[in-house]
Amino acid sequence: MKILVLISNVPDTTTKIRFKSDNTAFDDAGVQWIINPWDELALTRAVELKETGGVSLITVANVGNASTEPTLRKALAVGADDAIRIDVEARDAFEVATQLASVAKDYDLIMAGIEASDYNGSAVGGMLAELLDIASVSSVSGINIENGQLLFNREIDGGSQVLSVTTPVVAIVQKGIAKEPRIPAMRGIMMARKKELKVTAPVSAEDRTSFVRFELPPKKAACKMVAEDNAKELVRLLHEEAKVL
Amino acid sequence: MNFDLSPEQIMIRETVREFAEREVKPVAQELDEKSEFSYELTRKIGELGLFGMNIPEKFGGQGLDTLSYIIAVEEMARVDGSQAATLAAHNSLGIGPLLDYGTEEQKLKYLPSLCTGTGLWSFGLTEPGAGSDSRGSKTTAVLDGDEWVINGSKIFITNASVDISLGCTVQAVSGEQNGNKIFTTIIVEKDTPGFRRVPMHNKMMWRASDTAELFFDDVRVPKANLLGKVGDGSHIMLHTLDGGRLSIGAMGLGLAQGAFEMALAYANERQQFGKPIAKFQINAFKLADMALKVELARNLLYKACWLKDEHRPYSKEAAMAKLYCSEVAKEVADEAVQIHGGYGLMKDYAIERFYRDQRLLQIGEGTSEIQRMVISRLIGC
Ligand SMILES: Cc1cc2nc3c(=O)[nH]c(=O)nc-3n(C[C@H](O)[C@H](O)[C@H](O)COP(=O)(O)OP(=O)(O)OC[C@H]3O[C@@H](n4cnc5c(N)ncnc54)[C@H](O)[C@@H]3O)c2cc1C
Ligand SMILES: Cc1cc2nc3c(=O)[nH]c(=O)nc-3n(C[C@H](O)[C@H](O)[C@H](O)COP(=O)(O)OP(=O)(O)OC[C@H]3O[C@@H](n4cnc5c(N)ncnc54)[C@H](O)[C@@H]3O)c2cc1C
Repeated sequence: MKILVLISNVPDTTTKIRFKSDNTAFDDAGVQWIINPWDELALTRAVELKETGGVSLITVANVGNASTEPTLRKALAVGADDAIRIDVEARDAFEVATQLASVAKDYDLIMAGIEASDYNGSAVGGMLAELLDIASVSSVSGINIENGQLLFNREIDGGSQVLSVTTPVVAIVQKGIAKEPRIPAMRGIMMARKKELKVTAPVSAEDRTSFVRFELPPKKAACKMVAEDNAKELVRLLHEEAKVL
Repeated sequence: MNFDLSPEQIMIRETVREFAEREVKPVAQELDEKSEFSYELTRKIGELGLFGMNIPEKFGGQGLDTLSYIIAVEEMARVDGSQAATLAAHNSLGIGPLLDYGTEEQKLKYLPSLCTGTGLWSFGLTEPGAGSDSRGSKTTAVLDGDEWVINGSKIFITNASVDISLGCTVQAVSGEQNGNKIFTTIIVEKDTPGFRRVPMHNKMMWRASDTAELFFDDVRVPKANLLGKVGDGSHIMLHTLDGGRLSIGAMGLGLAQGAFEMALAYANERQQFGKPIAKFQINAFKLADMALKVELARNLLYKACWLKDEHRPYSKEAAMAKLYCSEVAKEVADEAVQIHGGYGLMKDYAIERFYRDQRLLQIGEGTSEIQRMVISRLIGC
């Protein structure tokens, strides 16, 4: 079985978010980039599956410019066999899915994260399946291979579900897919240097969305301390200032 | 001039930082309090590939450069001094001499199991009567037929007494020539009869790192356990300590970095007189000085590593980096406690442990006074 893991390059989750160009663009100055956390878990599970047998190849793919290569190198260090970068700036979900469709045809299992932690679009996985005309399963929280058969776990209201799926298929993965992201070992980091990171030219693709503006959430008001024996004041504040009572 | 780290070095920093934050930080305080060596963390550090980073792949290592290794020690020390000590002592003092002076057979025999985190090795130089003055050594090694017979004792030896300590490289006096002692270095495996290892408990610092006293009572080892040549002992020791100084430097730098980060975060959060204490100029300037010292320490240490990786002389820079980084660790940890006020004196705050852990760095592997002696000689005094 060949697995393709889609890797989105996102700002570190502790990044202080700022905007530029009149609030129409994210200001990426000084930002530390990481593998989107869901994609990191997807990759971890793919590597686990390869270690237990039944997987012949793990490829990681990203749509992005050269600045995303450290992220792909890290994916190679964690255990992917090779990487593809489609050399174009990722601008919207349809564009990204169209680009990915051009390299995703030869894989049995395609793993996408449930959302990218930057724009939270939750769109690429489903669009890609549609463009490839193959099945997709959302909210996958477990993947196993039993006797060559691919099994997905899904959390549903009040219980869980096990699905047997035919390939090729897109799995849109979420919490539970792997316990914790794998940290690359020194050996992996050294080997990553020698693995192939293929850069391919983009296909023509249209953007279907564009940003009008971003807004930061309103600043949190300073915390007010009320003495523990002053319940009256607390009620007054909740009533008159916070207006929640 | 190029100050950029390679992509691999950047990834190594991120990886060790993630490991230290995820695996070490949550247990560091408890291990310190219980004065407990962690076999589990040591195994995990081995799985990550941090033991034997500078050893060629054919002996089970990673074949990485000095700077990559120093970055790993720095990142570990940013979170915990004890684990950084286990890591640095094993690589620089344990593995170092075996790699640099071992025969092919010795390397094949010992190194692979020392790269996995399931076996540690120690370096036995210091004795009760021979600290800064290592030539005061009284431990003797006498050749008797096909065996060395060792008698004497060692003190303060890191990684020497836990269950996974597989052996020790022992510095001994093997004779005399023109009134001068001849120093020879010999490999002693842990289960050799007459070799006793006694853990030294209740240290002020590095409480989760193993420190031991070693006793040799007619310990017999094969002649082939000689490391290097007879009379090479002093040279092996000096060479090993040169490398070791870089890793003590890395421990100072990492500790200072960690203490600085804690102080900065605390100063921005703690409010007194209606504003964060970082807004008071005296604290802001203190933090600026801390940042400056950390930056200087890093530049000096990395330059010494670069010299080593370029196979150029680096003894002077290594001594300078050891001295400066360990003193910066003291100054930064001290000011960081000050910024924490009373909370900085409580065990619930990691800065309390950092303040204790830094104290060894000006003493171990050559005290600050000895470093100044080394530097002054090398600059022509
Ligand atoms: C202004 C702007 C600047 C951007 N700059 C960059 C940049 O510098 N570098 C960069 O890599 N991306 C950049 N992006 C792209 C962005 O990170 C997303 O890839 C893209 O917008 C799709 O986001 P989404 O929230 O719809 O994805 P979602 O649908 O939420 O993503 C779900 C899953 O799809 C997959 N996926 C998403 N995006 C990609 C991708 N680009 N390549 C491979 N798999 C993917 C992942 O598996 C992800 O978990 C930028 C986007 C914008 C709008
Ligand atoms: C936790 C820990 C781990 C250690 N691990 C190891 C290890 O793995 N292997 C190993 O071999 N050793 C190890 N050591 C020993 C360490 O290297 C010695 O403690 C150190 O070299 C100092 O020796 P000493 O303690 O005998 O102090 P002394 O040499 O007695 O020094 C006492 C004081 O006198 C000063 N002094 C001495 N000589 C001079 C001089 N000529 N001029 C000016 N001042 C001088 C010193 O600077 C110091 O301030 C360890 C020590 C500790 C505490």
